[in-house]
Amino acid sequence: MSNLSLPQAAAGNGGFEPRIVAFFCNWCTYTASDLAGISRMTYAPNTRVIRVMCSGRIEPQLILAALRKGADGVLIGGCHPGDCHYQVGNYKCLRRFKLLKRYFEQMGIEPERVRLEWIAASEGDKVQKVTNEMVEQVRKLGPLNLAEAPKPHHQAAACAVAAEGAVS
Amino acid sequence: MSKPKAGFYWCASCGGCEESVVDLAEDLIAVVTAIDFVFFPCAMDFKREDVEAMKDGEIAVCFINGAVRSSEQFEMVELLRKKSQLIIAYGSCAHMGGIPGLANLYDLESILKRVYTETESTDNPSGTRPLPQTTVPGGKLTLPTLDESVKSLDQVIPVDYYIPGCPPPTPLLKAAVEAVLSGKLPPKGTVLAPDIALCKECPRIDSKPEDLAIKAFKRPHEIDIDPEKCLLAQGLLCLGPGTRSGCGAACIKGNMPCTGCLGPVSRVHDHGGATMAALASLLEATEEDQIVSAIESVPDPVGTFYRYGVPGSLLFRKHTTSGNGGH
Repeated sequence: MSNLSLPQAAAGNGGFEPRIVAFFCNWCTYTASDLAGISRMTYAPNTRVIRVMCSGRIEPQLILAALRKGADGVLIGGCHPGDCHYQVGNYKCLRRFKLLKRYFEQMGIEPERVRLEWIAASEGDKVQKVTNEMVEQVRKLGPLNLAEAPKPHHQAAACAVAAEGAVS
Repeated sequence: MSKPKAGFYWCASCGGCEESVVDLAEDLIAVVTAIDFVFFPCAMDFKREDVEAMKDGEIAVCFINGAVRSSEQFEMVELLRKKSQLIIAYGSCAHMGGIPGLANLYDLESILKRVYTETESTDNPSGTRPLPQTTVPGGKLTLPTLDESVKSLDQVIPVDYYIPGCPPPTPLLKAAVEAVLSGKLPPKGTVLAPDIALCKECPRIDSKPEDLAIKAFKRPHEIDIDPEKCLLAQGLLCLGPGTRSGCGAACIKGNMPCTGCLGPVSRVHDHGGATMAALASLLEATEEDQIVSAIESVPDPVGTFYRYGVPGSLLFRKHTTSGNGGH
């Protein structure tokens, strides 16, 4: 994966390195990323992986908070349809995801900044492939640069709880 | 003994908040007996100069409704903040940006162009736009300027309490006035309404099935609405699961779904995000193409889930600056 080494990649878009928050479900995609690790697969270092118990835990607020806190893109990984440890969590995730993308279109945020993939525990290579593709896609889009929102007075740490620590 | 002084000011609002004061009915007499309104442009003839002449903190409590966008509104709310001990953001617009906040889906230039050039009823061949200053034979006339974005009140000045709603339900106003007069106020920053979701106080809660399994979302004019049954169970986009109670389920009692005017409960950071999550999850479809077509049955996600709160949402306004120079 030498073509993804940072100096070369950085040359493509004014030294811009995408920051991607990746929410991976505990049972499939996070296990797959562990597999990718122990199989010594290398892939772009731009993702900050957050393990959640189920992709059904991922709701629009978390994705919005990640973008508000400085992420340029959000990647979500869950179990394949029919494989959810909790039976239906990934379907809930998919429904929310489709609605969120329509909201993004109205709000001027490129839908390509968010991606949902089903990655089974055995698919370490898919974690590698999807992560690399996502990083390249967001690199092409450039930094998100959300307009700064005025901080509400007296609304204690309004969005801090949702994404604190997600993006460094 | 002199009575505590109160103000009631409006920014970008429709007058419905003032109407909700009148809705106090007989209780209004008790209110004006207990407090002195020293500034209330909709109802009484006090001027800005009268406020400027007051001592700092002279007004005990000032209710401000409406979103903030014009330079005049910025000046007035800053002046009122200085002169008031307590500022209460009154109504959805002051609380979260409200209906005027939907203007954050457009940039200022497109709004001005639409209004002063393009609308079907515009007759403006010279393309005149309002000017901040115009010289006329008698001297100079001035007009306020507009900020690029609409803001909620707490995005401009520190706000002590919020009374939500479009307009706020009168019992919430009455309770807030009593709390101010008795000094029994909750911690600063509190929204003065119950901190539970509307579904909890909905008279139709017993008809809400455990598993809603909505096939497609319906709009009120598309179906014959059953006046007893949970509106979500009928496929209507009712925002009750993600919206704060305190309205006595007024819209539901009128056989219309909740549109979310009281905003979220305190644990929610993005009202639209939370209601999108709640409602999309309730769809029955599991196949991707079925899900897509069910989601397509939501006519306008922003107007549905962020109707009263684009400025107060995590995104604040439509995004225009991404990548290398916008799109």
